Amino acid sequence: MASVEFQNVSKTFGSFTAVPDISFSIADGEFVCLLGPSGCGKTTSLRMIAGLETPSGGKVLIGGKDVTYLHPKDRQISMVFQDYALYPHMNLADNIAYPLKVRGEAEDKRHARAKEVADVLKIGDLMKRLPSQISGGQQQRTSLARALVYPSQVYLFDEPLSNLDAKLRLEARGFLNHLQRDMGMTAVYVTHDQAEAMALATRIAVMDKGRIVQFAPPIEIYRRPATTFVANFVGNPPMNLVPVEAMVDGGQLRLRADGLTLTGLPLSDDIAKAAAKGKMTLGVRPEHLRMAEAGDANTITGKLFANENMGPESLVTMERADGGRVTARIFTDDEIRTDDHVTLAFDTRHVTLFDDTGARIPEIGE
Amino acid sequence: MQISRSIYMRRAIFSVAASLVGVVFALPLVWFIFAPFNARAELGLAIPSPFTLSNFVTVFQNSFAMHALLNSLIQAFGGVILVGGAATLAAYALSRSSIPGKRAVTYILLLFSSVVSGSAAMVPIFLIISAIGLIDTHLAVILVFAGGLLPTAMFILRDFIDAIPKSYEESAMVAGASPIQTFFDVALPVIRPGIVVVVVWAFVNIWGSFLIPFILLRKDTLMPASVAIYSFYSEAGTPIVTLLAAYSLIYSLPVIVLYLFVNWKFGFRFFGGIKS
Amino acid sequence: MKKFSLLSTRAGAVFLAPAAALVGVFVIIPFFWVIVVSFTNRTLLGRTAVDPDFVGLQNYFTLFNPATFFTRGQFGFSLILTVQFVIFSALIGQALLGLILAWLSQSVSPTLKNFLQTAVIAAWILPEVVIGFAWFAFLDYDNGTLNMIMRSLGLPPGDWLLQQPFWVIVIFNTWRGAAFSMMLFNSAFQSIPPSYFQAADVAGASSWQKLRDIALPLIRGHVVTDLILITMWTFNVFTPFLLTNGGPSYRTELLSIYTYRVAFKDFEFGRGAAVGVVIMLINLAFALIYLQIAKKKKAEAE
Repeated sequence: MASVEFQNVSKTFGSFTAVPDISFSIADGEFVCLLGPSGCGKTTSLRMIAGLETPSGGKVLIGGKDVTYLHPKDRQISMVFQDYALYPHMNLADNIAYPLKVRGEAEDKRHARAKEVADVLKIGDLMKRLPSQISGGQQQRTSLARALVYPSQVYLFDEPLSNLDAKLRLEARGFLNHLQRDMGMTAVYVTHDQAEAMALATRIAVMDKGRIVQFAPPIEIYRRPATTFVANFVGNPPMNLVPVEAMVDGGQLRLRADGLTLTGLPLSDDIAKAAAKGKMTLGVRPEHLRMAEAGDANTITGKLFANENMGPESLVTMERADGGRVTARIFTDDEIRTDDHVTLAFDTRHVTLFDDTGARIPEIGE
Repeated sequence: MQISRSIYMRRAIFSVAASLVGVVFALPLVWFIFAPFNARAELGLAIPSPFTLSNFVTVFQNSFAMHALLNSLIQAFGGVILVGGAATLAAYALSRSSIPGKRAVTYILLLFSSVVSGSAAMVPIFLIISAIGLIDTHLAVILVFAGGLLPTAMFILRDFIDAIPKSYEESAMVAGASPIQTFFDVALPVIRPGIVVVVVWAFVNIWGSFLIPFILLRKDTLMPASVAIYSFYSEAGTPIVTLLAAYSLIYSLPVIVLYLFVNWKFGFRFFGGIKS
Repeated sequence: MKKFSLLSTRAGAVFLAPAAALVGVFVIIPFFWVIVVSFTNRTLLGRTAVDPDFVGLQNYFTLFNPATFFTRGQFGFSLILTVQFVIFSALIGQALLGLILAWLSQSVSPTLKNFLQTAVIAAWILPEVVIGFAWFAFLDYDNGTLNMIMRSLGLPPGDWLLQQPFWVIVIFNTWRGAAFSMMLFNSAFQSIPPSYFQAADVAGASSWQKLRDIALPLIRGHVVTDLILITMWTFNVFTPFLLTNGGPSYRTELLSIYTYRVAFKDFEFGRGAAVGVVIMLINLAFALIYLQIAKKKKAEAE
């Protein structure tokens, strides 16, 4: 296993800039997810680690060694592709053993090793089948087995679960998590599914338009999203973001928006500076909202838009006067009053504030 | 029921029409199925009586006729190997390499291949073959067919390779395979169905073609079956029908077998003009 | 500093070399050589075979000489004949028949469809000399299948190759080539989601209405492709030679057959080359239109 480092890496395709300038380092044994919407440069970054794209500028290091212009075959890495890339003319044994074959391993030895890995992945009894003769989930595990069959410095994953149906995806995700705990492998994992990233990563790099917006452990990203983009991308449903007018009054921060009732919030220098611009965004996670009761001081109110029962909980969505929507995650055991109007309450401890550029304002004492 | 009856009527009309058209299409070929087995075959259509294989025996004993089939085989195999090999390499390069101007090359190829037809180019092709001293050789026919069929073959194969995900080769390289290993272990087997189609197409084209060997060959000993078939005439110039029919059937057999093979293996899908 | 690619530029060049050599020598050089030869009086035998004279545009003047242009056995006659041949056998015959065949195939039982398609495709894939001979037998005056049918229906038999040679090769070429259009339209029809037709069925449309209102507008692109390709092929086809030898008295002498006669029977390579140049110019026009449409279609698809 080895570390991975990007030093001012950029990549352009003709006139299109996929990655303007990116630097990060991944320590040995970390499982890092590159998370972002399509076209954010995450796959390009992964392919530059693999050597399948050559950076237009900057350096890529694996294990401290400059590999920027090294051919993929000389990088000692393995990769699981989105479409699995299983060779249709080889049976599973030959598919899994292929990396050993090109390393000159004898046939009986490499097949024995392939079987060993396949057994762990519960495809050991399919070794004589062709890829076209097994199910999608089995194909996914075969491609994983091929990546695990030889010791690699880094394991790369390009949306490996996106072709599975929802149930198999959960199962495969759990298995990958188990594998990571077992092996402690260095892995870079590309996904657009925030739940996958949250579940698997030791650290997540949230990317947008070729840049890393935030690079932190999952819980940190969830609790303290660096920008409104991250807040809106992570969590399902994502954080509610309400544009508010801000002013300082009587040593307290006052926020105003349609349907919002809020006591004054304590001030810090950062908050005061942001408030001076007049505009802010107020963020509250859906699970921090509940049905308001008499006497609640901090509430937000609007017209009921949707009430989706999910079993243990319900997603209650309301539309405020200015058209903005707010969703709350309410335990079904609680009584949900679905009148025309809904009022939701929250605690000021759970409020996240963003300045007029969308950057999070540090909390008091942070 | 008014509606169901009209649907039934429509079905019946379509079926009758389809049967009629099918029969009309088959008519010119029916004679060709019966005559080879008829000892007294004439140009007329008749159920073989008595049914016989003697015509085939006569053909097999005719060394000139058999030699012509061998010539056809030599020319077709030679051409197919050149077309298959060169088209595979070139199509792979056009699809996967970083060579600049790939699009322009493809465009020019397509343009030339459709402009320079056999009928337009027969004069210069004859002159070129004369100039390099290959008139009256198998090689002349093989090279001319290879050149003429290559652009289309490359184009069909390039489309085929373009449709194959690059991740096959990428995964091999990441796993440690060299470019040569990647090409032979992974790329070649994956594009094999496309190569088979192109090879079959080239074979059928060369096997059945008349004009090019007709122009380029003078010696009887080199004639392929398509040209030699005209020797089955009596001194008086009337065709020896029994022989011609049996020989035609033997000569057509590889084409029929290949058609059935492609049909069974891939289904006779449409390959952007499998026959030009 | 080498950029990664699946096949390096140098390897790509090596891969392209054999094909480039073959296509260069046997397609691209002939293209330019035929132009050069067309400006000479080169022949097969005699002094002008080894040392032809430059004669400028004389070959072209001969071809387009107004005094003989329309005479049978001359260039103009062949050109007009070929245009008529293309219009009747390709644009009307093959395309229309192919469309009808594809539409019929859609609406009949699988067995009948197999029979129909096998017959049509057999006409297309069998070697041309075999087909030529089969038709020769089919059209024979005394014993041919066609006259046998005519007689049994109480109709007068005909010596078709002598009486109607042009219409014989038109029908022959329609029969021979309909398979291509049929298969192209087959795949075009299959690309239309079945729900479109089911929706029309529910609305009570007839088969003709479905063809006119749904299928044809959706496969317009395929129709254009088909028309251009079969036009180019039919324009260059040599197969009727095997049926009629260009006769009787030049009445079926298409441009390709005319070129052959001038170059390889009269041994006038210079004039034959000039005809070749005219054919190539016409091919070029069609090819450019076709590539333009293909490019536009590809751009739309992307």
